[in-house]
Amino acid sequence: MKAPHFSLPVGPGERLSLAELRGRNVVLVFYPADWSPVCGDQLALYNELRSEFDRLEATVLGVSVDGAWCHAAYREARGFHIPLLSDFEPKGAVSRRYGVYRAQDGTSERALFVIDGEGDIRWSFVSPIDENPGANGILEALERLQQPEAALLRSAS
Amino acid sequence: MTDARLTPPVSGLDHISGDPAAPVTLVEYGDYECPFCGRAHPIVKRIQERFGSRLRFVFRNFPLAEIHPHAMHAAAAAEWVAQVGGEDAYWAMHDLILEHQHDTRDSLSDAALARYAEAAGVNPEGLAEALASETYAVGVRLSFMNGVRSGVNGTPTFFINGERHRGPWDEETLAAAIEAAERAIPAAAPA
Repeated sequence: MKAPHFSLPVGPGERLSLAELRGRNVVLVFYPADWSPVCGDQLALYNELRSEFDRLEATVLGVSVDGAWCHAAYREARGFHIPLLSDFEPKGAVSRRYGVYRAQDGTSERALFVIDGEGDIRWSFVSPIDENPGANGILEALERLQQPEAALLRSAS
Repeated sequence: MTDARLTPPVSGLDHISGDPAAPVTLVEYGDYECPFCGRAHPIVKRIQERFGSRLRFVFRNFPLAEIHPHAMHAAAAAEWVAQVGGEDAYWAMHDLILEHQHDTRDSLSDAALARYAEAAGVNPEGLAEALASETYAVGVRLSFMNGVRSGVNGTPTFFINGERHRGPWDEETLAAAIEAAERAIPAAAPA
């Protein structure tokens, strides 16, 4: 399944689109809100695993409905290197496109998508909202993409 | 994440406190700089007292080094103490670090770690070299990655007989989970 397109603010005055990441694996991490403790742990874990994600040729992106300035303060306070995208205006539009918007709360679900270099969704997981889903599922999905067969298919297409 | 089990299982490579033949094993993946692990420490102690020889406790390192700048050295120092002074010294070091982790800003500095090592009965002379050499950091990182693969998502994360414990880890909740694990053991099952 093709990953829905997005182009979102990735900091005050900057934007990032999925198309720009063509050729690289992308891990989209939707989470409900900056500053809440569970997200903190979850993003801290992914932040810690940067070298592992690099090895698997993956870019990890956080997505929530928080604004770009909020993300900037949050990243600085926690020392996160992971880019955080603002699904802020129109609110939740990208989350909706991925089917992970919680209209009753006005936030994203806690959801993970692994997208390959061709822009196809290869794995996804929606976690209970208050449960940190960890990283093992993401790493396993990325490793499956590294299998020789998948690599061959990629280079042939 | 979903239902990952503890990988690798507990073995002689682990630090094991309590009766090695105990039917139930409580594993904690922890970070010496994490305040929640500091809070969990006395709870684990009470649980160990409560269950006695029915429970053995294993601690594995899971330092979130990016957000806890001292966590890596603290973990490496504990491993070094084990290497030099043996398991009793390791557990003394483990207790000292967790009991004092946030006494002051410097409670986990290399100098403080050397003091804990000395109090644990080990001459701290070789510690600075051990920390600089990265020898111990390699093992700590391996432990971290094993934790990630086992579904550890933050600290502390507990496993009871190989299964991740979800939800709160106050004394009563942990005790109930351990008792449930005891009941789940078939009478004549191999260890």
